[in-house]
Amino acid sequence: MTFNAPDIDYAGLSPVIALTAGICIVLLLGLIPRLGGRFTMAYLTIAVLAATAGLSIWQWEQNQDLVAGALRLDAFGLAAALIACLAAAIAVLLAIREPAAEEAGHGAFYSLLLGSVLGMTLIGQAQNLIAFFIALELLSIPLYVLCASARRTEPSLESGLKYLIIGSIGSATVLYGFALLYGGSGSTDFGAIAEGLAGETGNDTVVLIGTAMVITGLAFKTSVAPFHQWTPDVYQGAPTPITAFMAVATKAAAFIALARLFEVALAPIADDWQPALAALAVVSIAVGNVGALSQDSLKRLMGYSGVAQAGYMLAGVVVATETGLEALVFYLAAYTLMNLAVFAVVIARERETDRGDDIEALAGIGRSRPLLAWPLTIGMLALAGLPGTSGFMGKLFLIEASVDGDYTWLGVAIVIGTMVSLAYYLRVVSAVWMRPGPTEEAAQPVPAIAGGSPEADVIPRGASRCALIVGSALLCGAATVVFGVVPSPLLDWASHAAGSLALP
Amino acid sequence: MIQILLWAPLAAGLLACAVPRRASGWVALVGPLVSLALAIDIVVRFDPSGGLQHTVDESWIPTLGVRYELAVDGISLFLVLLTTVLWFAATLWSAINTPERPRTWFLMFGLAETAVLGAFCAQDLILFVLFFDLMLIPFYFLFGSWGTEHPGRPQEGEGRIRPVPATLKMFIYTLVGSLLMLAGAIATGILAADGGTVDFNIQHLASDPLGTGSQYWIFWFFAAAFLVKMPAFPLHGWMPDAYRVAPLPALALFSGVLSKVGAYGFLRIVLPVFPAATNHFQEVILVIAVASILYGSVMAFSQTSARLIAGYSSVAQLGFITLGIFSLRPDGADGAVLQMVNHGLVIAPLLLIIVVLGARAGTDDITRMGGLAMRAPVLAGLFLIATIALLAMPGSANFIGEFYILNGVFQEKIVYAFVACVGIALAAYYALRLYQHAMHNRKPEGIESREVGLLDGTVIGGLVACIVALALWPGLILHRADDSVTSQLSFTQQTPTQVAER
Repeated sequence: MTFNAPDIDYAGLSPVIALTAGICIVLLLGLIPRLGGRFTMAYLTIAVLAATAGLSIWQWEQNQDLVAGALRLDAFGLAAALIACLAAAIAVLLAIREPAAEEAGHGAFYSLLLGSVLGMTLIGQAQNLIAFFIALELLSIPLYVLCASARRTEPSLESGLKYLIIGSIGSATVLYGFALLYGGSGSTDFGAIAEGLAGETGNDTVVLIGTAMVITGLAFKTSVAPFHQWTPDVYQGAPTPITAFMAVATKAAAFIALARLFEVALAPIADDWQPALAALAVVSIAVGNVGALSQDSLKRLMGYSGVAQAGYMLAGVVVATETGLEALVFYLAAYTLMNLAVFAVVIARERETDRGDDIEALAGIGRSRPLLAWPLTIGMLALAGLPGTSGFMGKLFLIEASVDGDYTWLGVAIVIGTMVSLAYYLRVVSAVWMRPGPTEEAAQPVPAIAGGSPEADVIPRGASRCALIVGSALLCGAATVVFGVVPSPLLDWASHAAGSLALP
Repeated sequence: MIQILLWAPLAAGLLACAVPRRASGWVALVGPLVSLALAIDIVVRFDPSGGLQHTVDESWIPTLGVRYELAVDGISLFLVLLTTVLWFAATLWSAINTPERPRTWFLMFGLAETAVLGAFCAQDLILFVLFFDLMLIPFYFLFGSWGTEHPGRPQEGEGRIRPVPATLKMFIYTLVGSLLMLAGAIATGILAADGGTVDFNIQHLASDPLGTGSQYWIFWFFAAAFLVKMPAFPLHGWMPDAYRVAPLPALALFSGVLSKVGAYGFLRIVLPVFPAATNHFQEVILVIAVASILYGSVMAFSQTSARLIAGYSSVAQLGFITLGIFSLRPDGADGAVLQMVNHGLVIAPLLLIIVVLGARAGTDDITRMGGLAMRAPVLAGLFLIATIALLAMPGSANFIGEFYILNGVFQEKIVYAFVACVGIALAAYYALRLYQHAMHNRKPEGIESREVGLLDGTVIGGLVACIVALALWPGLILHRADDSVTSQLSFTQQTPTQVAER
């Protein structure tokens, strides 16, 4: 008996291979004490991410099955990889002086981050239930650890544990749902599932229950209400660079995977899941926006805002058209940029003041730190969907997709949600520009009279220390405005990605 | 050329951020100056029967069918001119009386002018909505950051009014309207395309209107946005607070120009694109207009804050303008266009005069002012001309505007015209009351009657000169606007059956 190994397309797998190799290199080099400095490891990680992104762009035009059909190499999946790489690279820049990274060891910290990126890359491409589940776990488990990586702070440990428990429940639900789907359709392959379900009239209870469980499980991961309760708590407790990464990259990867699963494998029963997802979208928009209104912690606020934004994005999946997917991919990319701009500023203020992520930490920075105030303002206005930013364009596409897909009421729900969201986004903006800064900040720390060393004291709180963070914030803010005025490049990119997923 | 007109203010505003604080105002002034010069040039070379002119048409978001289309016609022409005149005046005013943090202030001024001009020139529905929303952002910052606390009306149990909540209220009110309009605009484009290529060009949409049922609901999405912006009677809730805290040079622009964008939107978009709904809901809007006139006038003569008198008088005046537009007669709509320009030219110097009065009296409460005319004949003279124009005395362009409006309404719905006439009488009362309390009466202790400064006086004087010029030569506007107005109205003249057949 001869055994034929599947033909492996190394070029198609190259982004995944680069990431895997990068994880090993970063982890091992991190163990060498001399090399394990914060900057070496950070730049090495960024180099790995850049290589992955480069290889993904190289493979951008490809459209083929990989590894015996377990993965699908297409622009839609690579879009998730690119967004994850961008988010991770910026998260690394933000994490360079983070205590959590110091405590966990830089090598371990960054290799876990890369591991999560690998999971995101794979889940975007997965077209087999097993590969999908493995990628989902690969994405989640490093994040559980990273959330708890600030080991000496209780909130971080609490956040990690909470995320672990809720995430595991989500994964278990998804797995159960997959089992039922397999039972109902007779295959784990997306294409074969669609064929197996093609004859169904939508009355097969096993398939419907399976679909419902998959929706529930993935709703946990994408923090769609009413499965969102962990989001604010975990966001608040986790080290902020990790929160930033989770908020954008997990969402992007999970939404891309969700879209592929529903619009390829479950397309024959679209009439059944469309109303369910539409209902979840509306609930999410309502719960997220109302929940954010009373938050004083910026990270919690962003958590609830993320719930609401997930509701908007779900509209792109619900309509199950190419326009919808285009809008989804565009919005995910735009959302990544604007969210990272906001989180970069939150991190900078966490380091500069002792108020943590409270909204008070931002009071008066319009005057004292304009370079931080502008990206934050742009980010907030973009999240609120005001014109001149990519957020407006994103909302425009989502609403247009909803109306186009005969879900006009969902478009109106997005509009109403946006109105409510203004109240809290603008609260942040008004804190930045319209409130006087705290007075005690004027008092500079007094340098030590004797025995002082230039390293131990007189670290100017601000400019030099946060240059990388300010740079990232400015970059994301500028990109948000540019794509708001000239959306065509990003839109072409999104159209190509959405077009590569051949809808039936 | 229209591109330079549009973007020069923003460019100058950005440039002003890069120069030292003291110079920023004068650098920023270049933008409005260039725009003003170009606007005058466009007016001079305008061909009254030429339809849309200076057209720019570029592909912008091809996937969605959104185009970057700009043009001017007889309706937008003078609103563009009004915008550039008022912005030039207000920027000059701020350059003379430099506010705190001038660079951000002038950046916001530039952004706001670009957005407003964009809204007036846009010929693509989505582009219009984008500029319409965009112009709110700079005013949010201007009102919120530079606003001042107002004591409110303690005698009515009202507490102090703080700028940030007041601004937020304004922002949410206005954006609720304009977001609904965004949804409505997208729906219009997609329903009109009916599976074909989506196109948001306003003229194309007008030539092939939607089914009556869709028109009815989308009409209200647009009407909500425009009525809030004006503001019209039941939707004016943001106005009293925002008017009392806003920095006055910015408020002069807001009241002078932004309120007109709402009225302009009716004329530019609602009438041609939703003709069946316009005919169907004509009476409802007329009732709102008349209610605004009466409510605004009655409130204006019962207020003691000069800012609120100006604010409520705007509600009344915008009521007149709406009345003229929804008479759906060329006379009425011509008058409305003229009146939009008139009101902008009157309210802006009036608010700047309130700044000057406030500097003398230390308050905007007219019962605590008085006798300010004593040593300030020039100020008194300028104020008097603005007041006379506000109450639409025969001889002023406002009189001609209101005459045309009422003429149109008389032909269409005589009842509303009679009720609206009451508004004219009330206007005389509140305008004269404002003037008399501030300038005459007995001078209270501690208030100094001082002549207006030379530079400030020049700005106000320039605006007042525009009022006088327009009074002498209203044909300047009527002549050029008439053809465009008539063509906009022609869409609504079809009988309902004709529309239904399409």
